Amino acid sequence: MRAVRLGVSSLLLHKLRSFLTTLGVLFGVSSVIAMLAIAEGASVEAQEQIRQLGSSNVILRSVKPPEDKVSNQESRVLSYGLTHEDHARVAETYPGVKDVVAILEVPEEVRSGSFSCRPRVMCVDPSYREVTGRIMMEGRFLSARDGQATASVCVLGYEVARYLFPFKAAIGERIKIGAEYFQIVGVMYPRVPIGSIKRDPGTEVGGEVFVPLRTGQSLFGERQVKIRSGGMDAQEVQLHEIIIAVELDQNVPMIANASRLMLTQSHREKDYEVIVPLELLLRAEETKRIFSIVLASIAGISLLVGGIGIMNVMLATVTERTREIGIRRALGAKRHHIVTQFLVETVVLSGCGGVAGVVLGLIIPQIVEAAGDMRTIVTIEAPVLAFGISVATGVIFGLYPAWRAATMDPVEALRHE
Amino acid sequence: MSALSDEEPPGGVFVHPDPGKAGDTQVVAQLENVSRVYSMGAEDVHALDDLSFSFGSGEYWAVMGSSGSGKSTLLNILGCIDRPTAGEYRVRGQAVSDLDDDQLSEMRGKELGFIFQSYNLIPQLNVLENILMPVLYQENPEEGIEERGKLLAERVGLGDRLMHRPTELSGGQQQRVAIARSLINDPALILADEATGNLDSKTAEEILKLFDELHAEGKTILIVTHEPKVGERADRILRLKDGAIEAVEDNRR
Repeated sequence: MRAVRLGVSSLLLHKLRSFLTTLGVLFGVSSVIAMLAIAEGASVEAQEQIRQLGSSNVILRSVKPPEDKVSNQESRVLSYGLTHEDHARVAETYPGVKDVVAILEVPEEVRSGSFSCRPRVMCVDPSYREVTGRIMMEGRFLSARDGQATASVCVLGYEVARYLFPFKAAIGERIKIGAEYFQIVGVMYPRVPIGSIKRDPGTEVGGEVFVPLRTGQSLFGERQVKIRSGGMDAQEVQLHEIIIAVELDQNVPMIANASRLMLTQSHREKDYEVIVPLELLLRAEETKRIFSIVLASIAGISLLVGGIGIMNVMLATVTERTREIGIRRALGAKRHHIVTQFLVETVVLSGCGGVAGVVLGLIIPQIVEAAGDMRTIVTIEAPVLAFGISVATGVIFGLYPAWRAATMDPVEALRHE
Repeated sequence: MSALSDEEPPGGVFVHPDPGKAGDTQVVAQLENVSRVYSMGAEDVHALDDLSFSFGSGEYWAVMGSSGSGKSTLLNILGCIDRPTAGEYRVRGQAVSDLDDDQLSEMRGKELGFIFQSYNLIPQLNVLENILMPVLYQENPEEGIEERGKLLAERVGLGDRLMHRPTELSGGQQQRVAIARSLINDPALILADEATGNLDSKTAEEILKLFDELHAEGKTILIVTHEPKVGERADRILRLKDGAIEAVEDNRR
């Protein structure tokens, strides 16, 4: 404790120099913490987005084929994508499958009174909610009976409900989808807010509306006509998406491969894609690992620079205080006393820089989050690691100057001016 | 004691024929055929040449000589911050050449007290901390050493300045702090190197008086000086020339 006090008082003799040295460590430490926080935030966000797709799901999705191939087709109605046949094959023959959900999207406008918007209108099987892990806010989701009865009922996503019925409860109300009327039976929580992408439910496609699959199929059909500038554009898609819920996570790759094989054989063109959240998750983790290595290298370099700064200053200090070292040696100080003295000073320097760096490193992510619309997560490890490394840097880069001080010839040191 | 007065004739010249019997008291520091050779390029410089001598307990010595006579080298060896290249130096019977660096440091801290020409206080420490500094490096500092430090500060007339920094003191006061510091571990031998060299004659006289008092208390003191007036204050004078003893004088009445 006495040694620390002595070290501090020596450092205070050169306040500006000590302060500037501390700055080197401070910025090193704080940037490490801030970078790790931003990286962690981005990574967690990516993982959450992937998890929302369901990590035990395999998603087959219709994709519009490239334009040049389209123009060659004679038919005016462009037909592509997943078929009922695909659905049936998956549902009936795949082993270890918990559920298969078919989704048809219809590009219809949704209105209620004077409000109108264009959300994703999805015609789905009732097990959709369960498979995607969505949660009801009010009312119920679509039931199997709704499907069998081709009932004109619908479930709104929270954003749509809030937009269409800003002042009253949506449940029980009727809305118009395209030319058809539907009764609202439930409102669903939004997906976990993704980042802070601000949604405007009115003009942009915001939120979702769910309708029973069979109701949708019979009312809207599979042929969709979009009116565009310069004419009409018709396309026919039997199913937009098939979600396969696999019972065991370990079977996901197998099901994914089987689906890929099946679709390659049954489709002439690649008018589909297979999305495997689990694979994306693994890939995201790999990306995070590489990111961490890059960050660690940057952190290492910045702390190396800070360490060299410390060493530079301590070497200057040792030279400057040669006489003091001589005096102390003449008065009985052993070599290890001198080493300790200078090491304490470097550790105090780097420790102060480390503490200030941790504080700044905890503040920066807050600022980034507030100003930059980025998610940041400060893990406990980051400040601890950064502080530990800063102190270790002090010790490592302080050793040589301290050793130089201790091995000086006392006679020479006393003669030094 | 009035050794400083000019009318007093200098003590009779007396060369000890037998080293090790400088006095009839216990020997504190003993040099036996000590040489210190510096190699300056191709040439060897003999700063001390086969020197044998003993300093007894309670004696007050002045080492004198022109510059280059080897008195600084002698002081360094006596102070255990330098080692002889040949011969043997013993402090209280302990041969220095047998000691490693740590033991040598311990010897300096315990048995020797240094007083320098330029005071050599540590600027970032206050008076009391400076006095107590040699204690910092002792394995087992005795209890109440801080009290002893305060007493010593009072003893040298600085009892009211304990918390002052060296820069706030006059040269004479700084040297008093240095003297108190040299006494803190109650050393066997006090070594003063031109201790009054930086002081005006009045302050120098005060410091020399302090040495007289310490001598009267039985401390063993060795001062290195080139000023005859300072040298005459000591009981005995060892004159060096070209690294060898030129003369040994006894100033006592």
